Amino acid sequence: MPNFVIDIAHMLAGGLVLLSFMMLYQDRLYALINVFALHALVLTLSVAWQAYIQNAPHLYVTAAIALVFKTIVIPVALHKIIRRLGIHRDLETALGIGPTMLAGMALVALSMVLMLRVTPEADPLAREDLAFSLSVVLLGLLTMVTRRNAVSQVIGFMSLENGLVLAAAGAKGMPLVVEISVAFSILIAFIVIGVFLFRIRERFDTVDVSALDQFRGERR
Amino acid sequence: MMETPAILLSCVAGLLATAAVAVAAGRSAAATRVVYCATLAISLLILGTVARHLLADASAISRLVLPVGLPWLGAHFRLDALSAFFLVVVNLGAAGASLYGLGYGRHETAPHRILPFLPAFLAGMNLVVLADDAFTFLLSWEFMSLASWALVLAHHRAEDNQRAGYVYLVMASFGTLTLLLAFGLMSGAEGGYAFDAIRAAGHPPLLAALVLGLMLAGAGSKAGLVPLHVWLPLAHPAAPSHVSALMSGVMTKVAVYAFIRVAFDLLGAPAWWMGMVVLVLGGLTATVGILHAMMEKDLKRLLAYSSIENIGVIFVGLGLALAFHANAMEQPAALALTAALFHVLNHSFFKSLLFFGAGAVLTATGERDMEKLGGLIHRMPFTSAVFLVGCVAISALPPFNGFVSEWLAFQAILQSPQLPQWGLKIIVPAVGGLLALSAALAAACFVKAYGVTFLGRPRGDAAADATEVDRYSRAAMAILALFCLLAGVLPGRVIDGLAPVTQTLLSARMPAQAEVGWQSIVPIAAAHSSYNGLLVFTFIAVSAALAAFAVHHLASRRVRRAPAWGCGFPATPAVTQYTASSFAQPIRRVFGAMVFRARETVDMPEPGSMRPARFTLRLRDLAWDGIYAPIAAGVGLAATRLNVLQFLTIRRYLTLVFLALVSLLLVLAIWS
Repeated sequence: MPNFVIDIAHMLAGGLVLLSFMMLYQDRLYALINVFALHALVLTLSVAWQAYIQNAPHLYVTAAIALVFKTIVIPVALHKIIRRLGIHRDLETALGIGPTMLAGMALVALSMVLMLRVTPEADPLAREDLAFSLSVVLLGLLTMVTRRNAVSQVIGFMSLENGLVLAAAGAKGMPLVVEISVAFSILIAFIVIGVFLFRIRERFDTVDVSALDQFRGERR
Repeated sequence: MMETPAILLSCVAGLLATAAVAVAAGRSAAATRVVYCATLAISLLILGTVARHLLADASAISRLVLPVGLPWLGAHFRLDALSAFFLVVVNLGAAGASLYGLGYGRHETAPHRILPFLPAFLAGMNLVVLADDAFTFLLSWEFMSLASWALVLAHHRAEDNQRAGYVYLVMASFGTLTLLLAFGLMSGAEGGYAFDAIRAAGHPPLLAALVLGLMLAGAGSKAGLVPLHVWLPLAHPAAPSHVSALMSGVMTKVAVYAFIRVAFDLLGAPAWWMGMVVLVLGGLTATVGILHAMMEKDLKRLLAYSSIENIGVIFVGLGLALAFHANAMEQPAALALTAALFHVLNHSFFKSLLFFGAGAVLTATGERDMEKLGGLIHRMPFTSAVFLVGCVAISALPPFNGFVSEWLAFQAILQSPQLPQWGLKIIVPAVGGLLALSAALAAACFVKAYGVTFLGRPRGDAAADATEVDRYSRAAMAILALFCLLAGVLPGRVIDGLAPVTQTLLSARMPAQAEVGWQSIVPIAAAHSSYNGLLVFTFIAVSAALAAFAVHHLASRRVRRAPAWGCGFPATPAVTQYTASSFAQPIRRVFGAMVFRARETVDMPEPGSMRPARFTLRLRDLAWDGIYAPIAAGVGLAATRLNVLQFLTIRRYLTLVFLALVSLLLVLAIWS
């Protein structure tokens, strides 16, 4: 396999990690959604590239799903939801931007060290891909944890799933059924969470999840 | 014709079906009779099946695998000599309790809380004994524990019963946890949990030690080994009397079975110090148990504490057998194991009998407190007679069965100088001393139990108005009393019956007793020692008959009426009689300060005051104060601290998950 093929795959996966970092420091909802759309687009490119180099046509289906749903449908739907609900557009973070970025770097370092150490015999392409996708998963979790807003938690969750798809695409021989079912389960989760968003909004006039905690009669 | 295990499992299924029927129809009038008849019939059927198996070939092993349970494991069942013996113990007890329940159950106020659980409890015990893989074993064990827990809480309104149920549940889960860990450690190659795979896997010494410790905690807590015994005197008396009899007489034996199965069969060759640990625990258990029994004035609690003592005796026998077995002295090992198993059988007889008697007293008087009873020998002559048989048997007096097994245990102790290790040479006679002490205290304890309850004059109206119990209860007690006598008079048959068990576990057996003339038993060789129960019985019977004849026919037959000597008080009320506490007082003075931290306070009125003096006595259980209370406090503290976790925000929960994931990854990154 020519070197530059691997380099492009790495570049796309690395771009995904970079976009995850971008998500970490967004403090506007629209900007966050736009970054997420970009994230999904890079994922689409990455999966399509994998389909090309692995000669696996079914991966094109995965790429198409990512393009249609994650890059277009979900961001547009989120934009609409925000407009209809009139949600506050700035995000309240639980942790300052600086510490969050530092934590993110530590997580990436951790996943690199871990993946490179536990998979010494694996194919170098898949190996680095796995390290990148683990970073994306962890950064997605970090995004969920450091935001108080329900919409940003949804986006963190879906960027986490992007990391899973990246890993699945990198691993050769992953059946299409698995990928499609993962994609659809994420879609269902999005719908369920969307419905909940409406409900929360109707009841509390905000999607800040701390309102839920106040409703339970708890202190923060 | 069906295989023996298949018949046995069908019987267990029958018990479960009975339980299901009882759930549906527990409140109807006929339910009591139907359920107890069914359990009686099924227990007898199991006994018959096992008897047929034993008569055909006692050391035969038959197996059965059912495709239920874990998919790759199935449910394995096996009938060998050891499980056949324990099946006999379980089902003799079950049959007795069912017969007794036919009469006793009529007075039950809430039969729908007992009838469904009793057959389930019996089914659980039978399954534990039959199980041949760890999963089936643990499942049956937990089933047995939960069913008996439900029975303990049959009368759940009483405050004491609620506490007993709580403590029992905690201890039962603890016991199952340790058993789970023990079986987990023992698992064979590639996680083989069938007993065959466990047997085949070699167990390194450290692991064997761990497993033995866990078994002592798990099976020992169910059996009532000190210091894990505290739940037992709370829970056993809380259940209805026939269930108390089953729990004390039979369920503790199932725990003994679990210990024997693991220590002698699954674990392979033992190390000599294992025997020492078991011995010391057994000796302590016997002494502490009987001392507590001595202090008790509640009849059923006294019996429960005495069960602890008997478990101690059994574990002394098992410890000796382990010690001899570790030194390849198979002949004395077989003797010690036979003594332990014989005592298992005996204890199931007389403890059931005594609990039935206590139940009869409870039915007749509504009273468990001995200090309110007395003089029942005139009102309940039959119960008094059979209870006396039970008391004599449990006090290890000839010609009854208790004497034989304890005598065999002492014979095994006398073999200890041949042991090579100095530790054992010193410890075994000391344990023998403890055993002798507890045997003597047991006699004193049951003199107290019998004397205060049945002799003297009634201490209250309840005791004065008592009447004899129904014929089913009497029949059950009479049959058990007969068994006590038979096993004491013809012990050779029992010993020969136990030979296949020791043969399979130790590949040695006691000398065949059938070849010894005149029903004598010979533990090692005729030149050493022998005992003839029949001769002793004949002698006692003949001399007692002669004495009675002499008293009635040779002495003056003139009836004299004269005032009894009353210590200078002519008209004594019944409450001034010797009580249970006063009987125990000398022994309390000797051991009390050390074992019970006994505190006696006397509150004397000042001169001229007319108020009565008060004497209060406070006893403490060291095991409770030293082990249970700190653990309970620690668990409570941890629970209070962890309670905060219940009220976190969603984001905090996510953070917890996230941190857990990251720390796991960190561990992986550092260690791999």
